[in-house]
Amino acid sequence: MRFTKDHEWVALDGDVATIGITAYAAEQLGDVVFVETPEAGKTVKAGDGLAVVESVKAASDVYAPISGQVLEGNAALADTPETVNAEPESAGWFAKVKLADKAEYDALMDRPAYEAFLGTL
Amino acid sequence: MSMSNVGRPTTPHAANSEGHASLTGGRGLLQDEPLIFELDGWNKTGVDLAAPEHDASDLGDLVRTAPIGIPGLSEPETLRHYVRLSQKNHAIDLALYPLGSCTMKHNPRLNEKMARLPGFGDLHPLAPISTAQGALALMDQLAHWLKTLTGMPAVALSPKAGAHGELCGLLTIKAAHEAKGQGHRRTVLVPTSAHGTNPATAAFVGYSVTEIAQTEDGRVDLADLEAKLSSEVAAIMVTNPNTCGLFERDIIEIARLTHAAGAYFYCDGANFNAIVGRVRPGDLGVDAMHINLHKTFSTPHGGGGPGAGPVVLSEALAPFAPAPWVVADGDGFRLVEATEGPAAQGFGRMVAFQGQMGMFVRALAYMLSHGSDGLRQVAEDAVLNANYIKARLATVMTPAFPDGPCMHEALFDDTWLEGTGVTTLDFAKAMIDEGFHPMTMYFPLVVHGAMLIEPTETEPKQELDRFCDALIALANAAKAGDADRFKGAPYLAPLRRLDETQAARKPKLTWQRGSNTVSPAPLAAE
Amino acid sequence: MRYLPLTPADRAEMLAVIGAGSIDALFADVPAAARKAELFDLPLHAGEMEVERALSALAALNRPAGAGPFFCGAGAYKHHVPASVDHIIQRSEFLTSYTPYQPEIAQGTLQVLFEFQTQVAALTGLDVANASMYDGSTATAEAVMMAQRVTRRKKAVLSGGLHSHYASVTQTIAHAEGMDITRLAAAIDAEAAVVDAIDADTACVVVQTPNVFGTVTDVTAIAEAAHAAGALLIVVTTEAVSFGLLKSPGEMGADIAVAEGQSIGVGLNYGGPYVGLFATREKFVRQMPGRLCGETVDAEGRRGFVLTLSTREQHIRREKATSNICTNSGLCALAFTIHLSLLGERGLRELAALNHSRARELRAALAAVPGVEVLTPRFFNEFAVRLPGDAAQTVEALLADDIVAGVPFSRLDPQAGMGDVLLVAATETTTSADIAAFAAALKGRATR
Repeated sequence: MRFTKDHEWVALDGDVATIGITAYAAEQLGDVVFVETPEAGKTVKAGDGLAVVESVKAASDVYAPISGQVLEGNAALADTPETVNAEPESAGWFAKVKLADKAEYDALMDRPAYEAFLGTL
Repeated sequence: MSMSNVGRPTTPHAANSEGHASLTGGRGLLQDEPLIFELDGWNKTGVDLAAPEHDASDLGDLVRTAPIGIPGLSEPETLRHYVRLSQKNHAIDLALYPLGSCTMKHNPRLNEKMARLPGFGDLHPLAPISTAQGALALMDQLAHWLKTLTGMPAVALSPKAGAHGELCGLLTIKAAHEAKGQGHRRTVLVPTSAHGTNPATAAFVGYSVTEIAQTEDGRVDLADLEAKLSSEVAAIMVTNPNTCGLFERDIIEIARLTHAAGAYFYCDGANFNAIVGRVRPGDLGVDAMHINLHKTFSTPHGGGGPGAGPVVLSEALAPFAPAPWVVADGDGFRLVEATEGPAAQGFGRMVAFQGQMGMFVRALAYMLSHGSDGLRQVAEDAVLNANYIKARLATVMTPAFPDGPCMHEALFDDTWLEGTGVTTLDFAKAMIDEGFHPMTMYFPLVVHGAMLIEPTETEPKQELDRFCDALIALANAAKAGDADRFKGAPYLAPLRRLDETQAARKPKLTWQRGSNTVSPAPLAAE
Repeated sequence: MRYLPLTPADRAEMLAVIGAGSIDALFADVPAAARKAELFDLPLHAGEMEVERALSALAALNRPAGAGPFFCGAGAYKHHVPASVDHIIQRSEFLTSYTPYQPEIAQGTLQVLFEFQTQVAALTGLDVANASMYDGSTATAEAVMMAQRVTRRKKAVLSGGLHSHYASVTQTIAHAEGMDITRLAAAIDAEAAVVDAIDADTACVVVQTPNVFGTVTDVTAIAEAAHAAGALLIVVTTEAVSFGLLKSPGEMGADIAVAEGQSIGVGLNYGGPYVGLFATREKFVRQMPGRLCGETVDAEGRRGFVLTLSTREQHIRREKATSNICTNSGLCALAFTIHLSLLGERGLRELAALNHSRARELRAALAAVPGVEVLTPRFFNEFAVRLPGDAAQTVEALLADDIVAGVPFSRLDPQAGMGDVLLVAATETTTSADIAAFAAALKGRATR
């Protein structure tokens, strides 16, 4: 799993990248009430808006950590957005994206580096 | 003496102060009240109507056969239902309502009486102009007061609220740019402390929004403004006094820089109460400013409107104002309604008819009552009251901008709560138990845990002191570690804290047949 | 001054606590060039009696609708509002309260909004409604914006039967957002031309029924055509009492229904304040503008109400909000809810039937006047007539008999070339004597 400074995580399986927000981000956000997931087929570049996650009082943009084409958004979140709080780094994933460039993934922080980054906040 | 045998005890005997729950859940004067849909009024009505002479057979299939699904209640039931509901609301008429940026001043009852005169209340918006001369004269007088108080030559009366006024102002600016071949200007500059309606309105009109930084002392950063002004910028939107309750000292320079870059200066007039009768926005270089009649000019907030947001305009922008407007015509008045002829340059129409006439009557009654001397006193007392609160509360709370006076509102951050485990939200909820509506919280966004307090000028000193005493006592309790008082507050309001997460995750926006009715009242537990 | 409680002694004491020498010291940040030492050139303060005299004198120059025979409609309607409505909305707790941001002490307002939303959804035959917009015209413009968000298309078709002001407002707002508006020509049966104007780029069609000429239309076929093209149907109603007699927008396939609620609970007020109704299908709820009130529970499990789905709104989403609306029309929504609670379904149906009956009587009387032609084939309580002469001049002339004859269509749309068309409305407040006087005056003019 790799991480971004904006608190997104990416897990790679072949060329399928699963993307979500970290436990830290979910905790900061508070109770998640709604997630706007992207539609299959959408093309994103690293840094583009990928999804929007809403709590009662805030709406936060989630950015694509890597470039590629969206394969699917997590439809289960429509009924149970609380999964993002309960299992942010597994069942609470937002989207699966077909990775365009592995180098982008490799350039991201690994977990120790992300934890160290969290320590500076 | 002749003996009386109706003696009963008339002093209460000292009782255990431990509350006793009632047997049915009632709480003295406060009643639980179901929804009208739960009162079984499905085939009732509280209105007596004559029978129609003609039927609707001429409409055939266009007639609604499917049920509508709304209950009716007799007059006694209706009155009782809504009066019970009213008892669950806090209101200005009950106590100081310290909402920063909202200007919760007293709503004079003369205004209500005047608005209800049949000549105003029962006048149709498309009545022949010769039968509406009094209404047009009133609009003209109101316009005169607004222009004189602001030092601006023109005013658009039709916007129905502050945000609607912002829309009017930006559309006027957009039209002005287009008329001068400057339509390529696509950016609006907005301070980080701006009210959300500012960037929302700019985006609505098709502009992209760039933020201007704030200085350490809570004002617009001139250097940052200058760096961001360019030939791409259509306008800046600045609130003055700003949302931190501070007067923008460099406002004249802000206007000069903006104009030098070929842009217009939109001023959000929400905080006009601080300067009315003392300072004219026209003298500061403002090109357009909305005025919230429901703030500065006392029209009632009504639980969320209606408001009114007329926009004063500079000479440069006046030709682009929306229709309709009132013109003096010989010995009377008329309305310019069509969007050509004299209104050809105007950007169009913002709303059906003429605007919030009911609010115009109330606002003019207020202005006539106060006069130029009274209005000046309004600003002075508003600013005095806010500074008094700031001075008294600064002993236990941390003002966000401690140096120098504030204007009509005092801003605090949550530094003073550090280590107590109590948040701004918790503190606000505890204020409810003390009998006060909380101040504006978490706005402006630029201050952490912001608490924005605006008393207004209609608060007597006794009420200001009662308010400060309550907050000081609460602040001391928080610092003394009494966290429970805050975390579980409010305890004494008609309801405890509500689950907003559930409301957002599983939105239930209408009553449904077969849905949960009122939870049964708890039987007393001894 | 009666609204200012501070005394000179208070002010002195307070300045001392603040540590300021004078009130001017508190205004030190105002640039010297902008400081005004003298009072502005406006009258000094006045007592209640003087203000009442001045404003009463202005009010006396206006001709109230209830003062005699009255036939104006065209987007605002004279109805009888029961006395208890105005009485309740003047209660302090409703009149002087704020937007219910602190729900624990605003359950009065919030429960009313929940009742209002439920009533509006029921009337329009749709799933959800918001807590009100400013009025019907801005609600229409907002509906078009919403259709743009939902369909991601840029074109909107406005029926020629849409109230001219509503069409202008929609054009103004949509133009600002870069949308492309097709405004079809005004016509009595303008709805017939709508289907042909729909194409693959259409975000929405906007159809009013009863339309500005009073024509009632079953828009089901338009709904089908719109949906087949991937567009939304927005149905506009300017006379809310018509919901008591006519098929609802939802029943006919509307995706969004907007209306002016003024007819129920809110007086004429020379054009404002009014109350905009806005309802839509469940699936579109997150794209709705305006405030929404939802049901929930408190910490002790008791039912309560809160503002919800706020992430659509300006104070959170800022430049990505669904609308910039903040203040709406709360007190008017309350008046609407109270009046409708008194009426109920039974009373609303009776009221609507009575309105239609009076309009039929008016139609018969006017059709019998030589030279007068009734143009509207099917109507609720309002219809258009063609007069033998200029409609505006006729209205002016009848004022001499204290009859306010209606709204000349040229007042709404001077370019339409319909100078002889008059829009007339009858409601439960219209009497047979009023109708007879109107017909007689017109007949008198015709035979001159």
